[in-house]
Amino acid sequence: MTKNIMIVGVGGQGTLLASRILGNLCMGLGYDVKVSEVHGMSQRGGSVVTYVKYGKDEKVYSPIIDKGEADIVLAFELLEAYRAMPYVKKGGKMILNSQKIDPMPVITGAAEYPSEIEKKISENIDVTAVDALALAKEAGNIKAVNVVLIGVMAKNTDIPYDKWIETIKVTVPEKFLDVNLKAFDLGYRF
Amino acid sequence: MEKNKTALMLGNAAIARGAYEAGVRVVASYPGTPSTEITESIVKYDEIYAEWSPNEKVAAEVAIGASIGGARAMSCCKHVGLNVMADPVFTMSYIGANGGLVFCVADDPGMHSSQNEQDSRHYAEASKIFMLEPADSEECKEYTKIAFDMSEEYDTPAFIRLSTRVSHSQSIVKLGERKDNELKEYVKDPGKYVMMPGNAKKRHVVVEERIKKLKALAEETSLNTVEDNGSKIGVITAGIAYMYAKEALGNRVNYLKLGMVYPLPDKKILDFAAKCDKIYVIEELDPYIEKHVRSIGVDVIGKDAFTLLGEYTPAMIKKAVFGEDEPEYAEISENIPVRPPVMCAGCPHRGTFYVLKKLGLTVSGDIGCYTLGAVAPLASVDTTVCMGASVSAALGMAKARGDEFAKKLVSVIGDSTFMHSGITGLVDIVYNKGINTVIILDNSITGMTGHQDNPTTGKTIRGEATKQVNLITLCKAVGIDRVVVADPFDVKNFEKVVKEEVQADEPSVIIAQRPCALLKTVKYTGHCKINDSCRNCKMCMKLGCPAISVRNGKVVIDENQCNGCGLCINVCPFGAIEKEEN
Ligand SMILES: Cc1ncc(C[n+]2csc(CCOP(=O)(O)OP(=O)(O)O)c2C)c(N)n1
Repeated sequence: MTKNIMIVGVGGQGTLLASRILGNLCMGLGYDVKVSEVHGMSQRGGSVVTYVKYGKDEKVYSPIIDKGEADIVLAFELLEAYRAMPYVKKGGKMILNSQKIDPMPVITGAAEYPSEIEKKISENIDVTAVDALALAKEAGNIKAVNVVLIGVMAKNTDIPYDKWIETIKVTVPEKFLDVNLKAFDLGYRF
Repeated sequence: MEKNKTALMLGNAAIARGAYEAGVRVVASYPGTPSTEITESIVKYDEIYAEWSPNEKVAAEVAIGASIGGARAMSCCKHVGLNVMADPVFTMSYIGANGGLVFCVADDPGMHSSQNEQDSRHYAEASKIFMLEPADSEECKEYTKIAFDMSEEYDTPAFIRLSTRVSHSQSIVKLGERKDNELKEYVKDPGKYVMMPGNAKKRHVVVEERIKKLKALAEETSLNTVEDNGSKIGVITAGIAYMYAKEALGNRVNYLKLGMVYPLPDKKILDFAAKCDKIYVIEELDPYIEKHVRSIGVDVIGKDAFTLLGEYTPAMIKKAVFGEDEPEYAEISENIPVRPPVMCAGCPHRGTFYVLKKLGLTVSGDIGCYTLGAVAPLASVDTTVCMGASVSAALGMAKARGDEFAKKLVSVIGDSTFMHSGITGLVDIVYNKGINTVIILDNSITGMTGHQDNPTTGKTIRGEATKQVNLITLCKAVGIDRVVVADPFDVKNFEKVVKEEVQADEPSVIIAQRPCALLKTVKYTGHCKINDSCRNCKMCMKLGCPAISVRNGKVVIDENQCNGCGLCINVCPFGAIEKEEN
């Protein structure tokens, strides 16, 4: 079976970079890998979903993930985590950023932001919740939420720390490298 | 990226890599999701001349000229872009190619970023130009090289068809070396290059002969492969649908994977079908392959079992073919709010739509980030059809309903869209005595597709400085005497200008000028904060800014979302919002 990782969040949160780090990591480990990205309209503050699928000794065909098939969901925002819950496979795991971003229907009062999301998800699946925004601030840039979450996820794999660092170095623009390495470390040690 | 290496690449980047390796010299395109990153990736290769053209028709013609001039050339667009470039493309089928010529078109099943879900494969059949359809990045690269070779060998343009999941998925690609093709000789040859009736009649014969040869090739080519797993069930498929089918059905069925979707190989299909008891055609969008297969007498299951709408998934294929359910999963037991795209915090368009909504005008809209002006709470855009239609359709509305209506009507169109096809509509307004008001939303960039330069930005695709189209002189030159520049964040003045211009008995243009907040050159600082003077009137909520919301009955500004643009300060009647530096 291929391993399926789904990354969900709000357009502008940097999910793309997170999926590229994972893609490069898998390739560096010699796996077959597919990364399905989102570009265009939904990047403007809409729900965004990217998929990373890899196989150690087998080919990856479809780049997308169906309901009940994700080994790990990495969620950048609480409501998006909830929306992605059905995708987690039985025995799978979710890592979520507890940050809330109101969608427009909530802002206009047409809908309410659901309550106690974290609790509702954890009734069904194994969740690790982290305040990635606070850790990103600590690292020096609120935009580093993505790499903080990658750090949390890294801790949950058996891929060595150095391999992750190596990948981040080749994926992240030089200018933001220091902040991101710090962000990764804070996530990893969370 | 060096030779003999592998790289993880987007399908789009792999098309660019294929073009590079095939020795392409000229690439001209207009951006459009999901095709944009092809041309953006071309810029990495110094050997290739690349440009953003004002629209797809111009882009295709630049590539056509380069091909006639002896160079390998390519033009890339999204599915609706092919409608715009169709005119030269159809006739180029008659002319053929000198240097290899490829039109690469990306469909958008599921409409992630599009206004319709049209299926480009019909264009191949209609224009009699062969079409290849890759299923992953490696195939993107290889098929591009093959398309160029075939284009020259058969003296024809080529189509490559992509879809969102192929364009925007990364997979592993083996990198090869560039084959530096010499420029082919250019020889004056009116019989081939001047398509007037006498010449075109002869060329049409050539086209029909060529399609016969390509049909014969389709039977032989390794682009169309049979995978015999000894099953009695056969699946005919192409592109991304093959990947979904393969994941869903594995080795439990036989496959005929079509890498060349026009022309189709009749004999190969018949032979494949003869070995199976049951044949499925699995293809997203229209029953294009299905219809053809039926027309040669093979009974298949296609759209009876699969939808015409949206994207497919492995799960739905598994269900349709084997009746197998998706795995168990945790369901959400309540209705949760959707999260549609919104204008970014700091978006200059927000000021414009705030005013248009306040004035209650009818807004003839267009395509770009500002299409989001149709969504609540700004909800002021009335129509969106295609690029450029905001201007010409408003003239039609005004002609249908008269001058009084025209005085309550504006067109809104972005800078890139105006250059694409708004200018011709404006000429029409002047020429045919319209009194319309057109607002050009000049945010200094092509925003929606991710920041491409255009003729109004003063930079080329490679970021080099170039002459900048001056929108004021351009509008004046076509005969608009009333041209006003106004800042949409200065809402008081903007409102005054709009009121004046719509009332005028002659046509006018308002250039709403303020750069996109995501541009690196735009440096808003700090964030806005609500102070004690707030009376909870919720005027600022009318802006639909993602940073402003109501928590426990009180308006609050989320400082992580706010970029300090200050528009809300300008609409607050009580001076209750102020700037706080970080
Ligand atoms: C014929 C066609 N080509 C391309 C597109 C893709 N597209 C949608 S909007 C847009 C450009 C918008 O830029 P601009 O008009 O400057 O407005 P902005 O998004 O910056 O507000 C493009 C290229 C399309 N929808 N139709």
